[in-house]
Amino acid sequence: MSDQDKKKGGDESSNTTAEDVKKVLLESGIEVKPLYSREDVNDSEVDQSLPGVYPFTRGIHPLMYRKRPFTIRQYAGFASPEETNRRFKFLIENGQTGLNVAFDLPTQCGLDSDDPKTLGEVGRVGMTIDTLDDFEIAFDGIDLDKITVSLTINGAAIVLMAMYFALAEKKGYDLHTLRGTAQNDILKEFIGRGTWIFPVDSSVKLVVDTVEYCAKNIPKYSPVSVCGYHIRESGANPIQEMAYAFCIAKAYTDETLKRGVDIDEFASRLSFNFDIYGNLFEQIAKFRGGRRLWAKIIREEYNAKNDRSSWMRMIAGGGGGGLTKDQPENNIIRSSYYALISALSGTQTMALCSYDEAYTIPTEKAAELSLRTMQILIHEMGICDTVDPLGGSYYVEALTDRFETEIKEEMKMVEEMGGIVDSISSGKIQEKISHQAYEREKGIQDGEIPKVGVNMFQKDEEPKPVEFHQYNADAADFQIKKLRKIKERRNDERAQTCLEKLREDSLQNVNLMPSVIEAVKAYATVGEIIQVMKDVYGEYEEPIFF
Amino acid sequence: MKILLSKPGLDGHDVGVKVLAYALKDAGFDVFYTGLRKSIEEIIQQAEDVNADMIGLSILSGTHLILCQRMQEIMDEKSAPIPWLVGGNIPHGDTEAIEGYGALAAFPTGTKVAEVITFLKEYPAA
Repeated sequence: MSDQDKKKGGDESSNTTAEDVKKVLLESGIEVKPLYSREDVNDSEVDQSLPGVYPFTRGIHPLMYRKRPFTIRQYAGFASPEETNRRFKFLIENGQTGLNVAFDLPTQCGLDSDDPKTLGEVGRVGMTIDTLDDFEIAFDGIDLDKITVSLTINGAAIVLMAMYFALAEKKGYDLHTLRGTAQNDILKEFIGRGTWIFPVDSSVKLVVDTVEYCAKNIPKYSPVSVCGYHIRESGANPIQEMAYAFCIAKAYTDETLKRGVDIDEFASRLSFNFDIYGNLFEQIAKFRGGRRLWAKIIREEYNAKNDRSSWMRMIAGGGGGGLTKDQPENNIIRSSYYALISALSGTQTMALCSYDEAYTIPTEKAAELSLRTMQILIHEMGICDTVDPLGGSYYVEALTDRFETEIKEEMKMVEEMGGIVDSISSGKIQEKISHQAYEREKGIQDGEIPKVGVNMFQKDEEPKPVEFHQYNADAADFQIKKLRKIKERRNDERAQTCLEKLREDSLQNVNLMPSVIEAVKAYATVGEIIQVMKDVYGEYEEPIFF
Repeated sequence: MKILLSKPGLDGHDVGVKVLAYALKDAGFDVFYTGLRKSIEEIIQQAEDVNADMIGLSILSGTHLILCQRMQEIMDEKSAPIPWLVGGNIPHGDTEAIEGYGALAAFPTGTKVAEVITFLKEYPAA
């Protein structure tokens, strides 16, 4: 009898010895049994748990995609606001229902296009924004009531959010009903992604300014999307991804409560951004278990009365970390599975990395394939027909329970390390997960972590000439000229007065959102506004642990 | 060999450079890391301060040609220029240009860490 045959008969445990079945450990360190049955879910809360009902293990809405499919929101933004506007319109015409705006690195780091530190970076990885004028160009002809806009901005978030609100106000939208999202999760920027500007405490203060301001003035806007995504991409395992994100969300929550804002006035507007790559069931359980735990945290620890406050709303997709440069077409297949995982996990919004994203900014063709991947899932696969189709699976439910427990344990460990803010300030978290990234890379290079096309089923072939996103150097010159023109044209006295007011407010430690909004309306530049805050707060110094 | 790793420009993708730092340390190299967002001038200054034998630049945002050109401009003025390498999102077509600017080699995304270690071990010590 072959090994395979023996396994087939494995339900009679007496025939199978432990040696016959290789031990399987998930990336999270959880051991997987060859078979799950009713007794594995005996103590599970799943039987009492309905979608749309606390603690929302099976989804935050009763009907989920049966009522409305997940939002498709690919990350896009190219060079100039003019080009970006054309790309946005192209995406909308092709059925995209939300926009996810990419900014170039100077904008993300709070530098103007004419700053010498931006050498070669203007308009390279996303759209350049110097002043409100650029925002007006980028969103020209786009209905902000119909298309939800997500701003992928962190270090300079308060400025770009202010521009979005100023733009909406100028266009005549009612701020009380204005929707949209800003990433605005600075704590994860210190762990991965790296577009920090100010020291950790001041950075958190600015996030809380935006949360407080939105709760009081723009209540439908989601001011923060807490990102487990980049934490995982930096080396965290799936348990740590959720645990660190929850600790970060709690840190913003605690600070907002100190401002006297009620939990139910802002918790429902906090959302999450998570990563998907690796084991299919592990990811699904991560989201289901995480969603249950977050609901409990918000209701039990923070005494939220409104159910919506305890929703773990998320954008989940990805997953850059799973994609490979070897045999890049395989990434199309991987991304399709990631999309499936995301939908089976009850995501609200989905974005996929494009197959060429392991080595370049996505080409238009690759971005279109990502869009089609999600559309095929919605329209051909029946993914929207029934809610949480994996609910009740012995394996998925057992793993979901386990994830809830493990994430909670990991959060306790962060507390024991001194809390998330201190662990990030000191670099402890960064050191821990970057070492894990090293261990993982070693595993892949040694062949211990299987990766198709990389350490198995490789083919000897000449690297194909790959198409790269082209950088237009002229666009940078054009942008700098435009910036000069705006500076000449604006009422400079008014701009300077607004910047002075911002300086005073920064020194007095009041909420900066109102003075930043006034400054952007006066066409003060991103760089000018950030510089005022740098003068007051100083700049972050990165802990180096090598 | 003493090697200084750095992230020039504004690019914040630092997983790769940190993985390389651990790997080089494990392989017995003396490793320094500057952190993010350093100008070419700052990087070379720091390399001189620690007496580095080699500089490694990690660039994923696509700015490699401009930054390498700057590297050449400054190194050309030095009486004892420090040899340097580049890693990151480097299209194959750009490798030659990078070497033209004076880099010893360019290692594109997907390069095995062992390959970099072998390269450095075979490089004649100064």
